[in-house]
Amino acid sequence: MKRDVYGGLVSTMFVLLFITVCFAGCTGQAPATPGAAPTAAPFVANQQGVAVIKNASAATAATAVAPAGGAPAAAAQELVIATTTSLYDTKLLDMLQPMFESKYNVRLKITSQGTGKAIELAKKGDADILLVHSPSQELAFIKDGFGINRRSFASNSFIIVGPADDPAGIRGMTPEAAFTALYLKGMNKTAKVAFVSRGDGSGTHSAEKNIWSKAKYNYTTQIQKSGDWYVEAGKGMGETLQMADEKGAYTLTDEGTYLAYKKDLALVPVISQGASLLNIYSVMTVYNDKQPIEKITMANNFVNFLIDPATQAEIGKFGVDKYGKALFIPMSVTVPDAPAGNVGDHTSPATDVKPPSATATAAAAATAAVK
Amino acid sequence: MDEITQGIAQAFDLIVTLNPDMLEIAALSLYISLSATIIAAIIAIPAGGLIHFHEFRGKQALIVIIQTLYSVPTVVVGLFLYLLISKSGPLGVLGLLFTPQGMILGQTVLIVPIMLGLVISALSGIDKSISDTLVSLGATSFQKILEILKEARYAILSAVVLGFGRAIAEVGVAMMIGGNIRGHTRVLTTAITLETGMGDFGLSIALGIILLSVALVVVIVLNIITSGFPPESRQIPGGPSG
Repeated sequence: MKRDVYGGLVSTMFVLLFITVCFAGCTGQAPATPGAAPTAAPFVANQQGVAVIKNASAATAATAVAPAGGAPAAAAQELVIATTTSLYDTKLLDMLQPMFESKYNVRLKITSQGTGKAIELAKKGDADILLVHSPSQELAFIKDGFGINRRSFASNSFIIVGPADDPAGIRGMTPEAAFTALYLKGMNKTAKVAFVSRGDGSGTHSAEKNIWSKAKYNYTTQIQKSGDWYVEAGKGMGETLQMADEKGAYTLTDEGTYLAYKKDLALVPVISQGASLLNIYSVMTVYNDKQPIEKITMANNFVNFLIDPATQAEIGKFGVDKYGKALFIPMSVTVPDAPAGNVGDHTSPATDVKPPSATATAAAAATAAVK
Repeated sequence: MDEITQGIAQAFDLIVTLNPDMLEIAALSLYISLSATIIAAIIAIPAGGLIHFHEFRGKQALIVIIQTLYSVPTVVVGLFLYLLISKSGPLGVLGLLFTPQGMILGQTVLIVPIMLGLVISALSGIDKSISDTLVSLGATSFQKILEILKEARYAILSAVVLGFGRAIAEVGVAMMIGGNIRGHTRVLTTAITLETGMGDFGLSIALGIILLSVALVVVIVLNIITSGFPPESRQIPGGPSG
């Protein structure tokens, strides 16, 4: 009897594994599974379970020969998009993804990481498209020959949020004047004046550093570690907002994340206007000498898709149903006034398949250095 | 506090309605972590046996190294493997980045040390007299090892369960190697990170509860299998075969 129980349990385990592998098969990743009905007799399922498990472990080895990594036979091209968490978290890309995928025979794989990591992924050739909001880093990326066809597709505004009673009294100031006031009152240890910074090298963090430099402070020597008033969170936007909320402090945030968190926060927008609060979103095709031309042209298709008038109209409507207001202002509606280069081209189609020859050599040298 | 009750209700709702997105994510988590656990066990149990039953120079140093690797942060394993399997890395041609297979590899690397170390401890915990008795009864060294493995099976089970627990609960490798790509490499832990980042705490708690439910099922099954070895099927080494 006991032996039967044991056998039954082992079969159950295999059936469980089998179902797991089948599920994984639905994601298009697992090896082809025999078409066994799940209701088959336990013994049969058991045997097939074993076969499937063998296949599964073989698959790890099989990928060694097939660089496609178990892509479905239908050979829809795959494009990896590296983007930042704050943009991804708005779910804008979730809306755009099916539109693009149905237009072209392509599967988009979107990975959202910090801005620094996203750019690193693109530099190492692990992403085909880069979608970020950090103009200075983007311009350096293009200049070094890692990317082509940079196009800006939308903008919105960062906001400075803080406690409703505004202990630093900065409401209505320009961002630079507000930062100066925060610095002076923070250094004076004025009660309840504190600022929480992302402190993680993200696009939002670079925007913050930009405001400090416009307010004539040296970020590394004068602001960082200058006192208890300046807190470097080293976390994502949502966690930074929560931290600022707990501490009753001010922080700089993108509007999308603030709106998503709003219901859990006592923080209110204190300053939402000013040239240095401008947040510009751009897209670019990743270039390196190993990148196949098909990927480059498909990535260019995506760039063109984002600046296409129809898509621009969709972007302009995004967020209205959920937040009661649009999260992005498409370039087709307003082209923000910004220092040269910050707003990229937003009208001419992306056609380049390689960088201008001067930078191409720089990229080749850089990829050689990476190796 | 609201989020916690809301999370529990939402978890219940997701499970009862068999939400397809949730099922896919949970199944992928289970597939990846169970595969990694099985592969790691296949490596760690024999390797642990080899290390335990052989005396060699540097054995103690090796064990110290293995135990040190218990502490390796998951992000470091993820980063290390990322640099290896990146397109510009030495193993870039395998195309493992952003695939479940790559995540299985990463979690296997992550949990092999902990399983290996605990298997060695488990075997050390078996009384030396058992091994002497087995030898005196004429057991071959293979039979001896097999029998001691059986004796140590509960402690070895703990090693496997702990390895599985570390695999299914980790975020670092799943994020770095998998990339949290929807419908492709999104697992429970990376989904929780994502939902927390988007401010949906209720759903995060719900996914946490689902992760624990998945773990509960796996642990129960593993326990039943281990205690299910019917005593009468155990052969006395050196006794009649068959």
